Amino acid sequence: MKRQIPLIIVITLGFLFVAHTFIPSKASVDFYDWWVSWAKAISPFAVVLGILSLFMVHGTKIQRKAPNWQYSVVTLLALVVTAVSGFAWGTNEGTPFLWLFQNVQMPMSATMFSLLAFYIASAAYKAFRAKSPQATVLLIAAFIVMMGQVPIGAAISKWIPETAQWILNVPNLAAKRGIATGVGLGMTATSLKILLGIERTYLGSD
Amino acid sequence: MLEFISNLIAAILTLFIFSFLYKDNPFYRFAEHLLVGVSMGYAIPLVYINAFIPFVYRPIFLEGNLWLIIPSCIGILYIFRFTRNLSWLSRYPIAFGMGIVGMGVPMSMHSSVLVQMRNAMRPIDSINSFLIFIGTVSILLYFYFSKPHKGLYGKFTNVGIWFMMVGFGASFGYTVMARISLLIGRIQFLLGDFLGLIK
Repeated sequence: MKRQIPLIIVITLGFLFVAHTFIPSKASVDFYDWWVSWAKAISPFAVVLGILSLFMVHGTKIQRKAPNWQYSVVTLLALVVTAVSGFAWGTNEGTPFLWLFQNVQMPMSATMFSLLAFYIASAAYKAFRAKSPQATVLLIAAFIVMMGQVPIGAAISKWIPETAQWILNVPNLAAKRGIATGVGLGMTATSLKILLGIERTYLGSD
Repeated sequence: MLEFISNLIAAILTLFIFSFLYKDNPFYRFAEHLLVGVSMGYAIPLVYINAFIPFVYRPIFLEGNLWLIIPSCIGILYIFRFTRNLSWLSRYPIAFGMGIVGMGVPMSMHSSVLVQMRNAMRPIDSINSFLIFIGTVSILLYFYFSKPHKGLYGKFTNVGIWFMMVGFGASFGYTVMARISLLIGRIQFLLGDFLGLIK
């Protein structure tokens, strides 16, 4: 009941999906439509799990007055205010909900990602300091691709954008193709392990 | 006036996050926690409007499709994750979603292996196509660990490392450029929209 039935559900649905892919018929299309409609009805409840998890983590910190608990108040307050504004005034243009998205969420997430420019650069300096011929090749390829994307690259020499494009079209394509094939084989192997009930870690521990 | 206040708040929050470049500080932590809360709060009404209403509420209560009560009840089982004795019930919705793995076997084999192989098996009619062929084969052999990478075979697999390094360099260059364009966007906002120093 605790592990066997979920496992049977996965294996049964898994083989039905294999049949759906290899045996095109009205029954297989009906099965797929049925699964999609059920999966769509199940999925919104996963968000409830996320909200509860966030409330439990931060609620516990506030309750216990853990170090820096004040920031947890900020998180929960922001969550409640944003969600309530969406329900109360809608999500269309000109509503407080969209204002919060455009002037709070979007600038902060863009800035957060832009911070990575500094950290990528410093991490790259530490990691790839041309210690070996391969690391030098990596740095040179990165430099040419970066210069090929900006006007100054073309201003220095017309060869820079052309070389950047060649790197992307030839050695990069070979690398991506080799890696993608390996990833594909890995995905197939892992899917087969789940399908046959060998891989069960997604069920968690007892 | 509203535009000024909006830009002021966005600018202050942007600076709060940039303050992390100096060191971890209360302003950054405030912005970080605010971002988590607002992001999650943003998702809730959208999921309600775009997923709950059209796929749960409308079919069951307005269209009378009572069969969907069953997956709704399965979905509610997610919440039992937090209970000590009944947490195993949350495996049922997970198991229902995991069933699609059966489709993953042929799909991943097709899209990631067969399509790649088909494109790799083109006639070698130029130096570039020869390089692509050598690169693909040497990378695949590099990841074949059942045979020791020694002698001529080892030297050939070593060619795969060089190709991968160029590929990683290209990906790295692209990632850095994407982040820098975001940084330029934020600086343009601060100097242009907020301070009006650039047009």
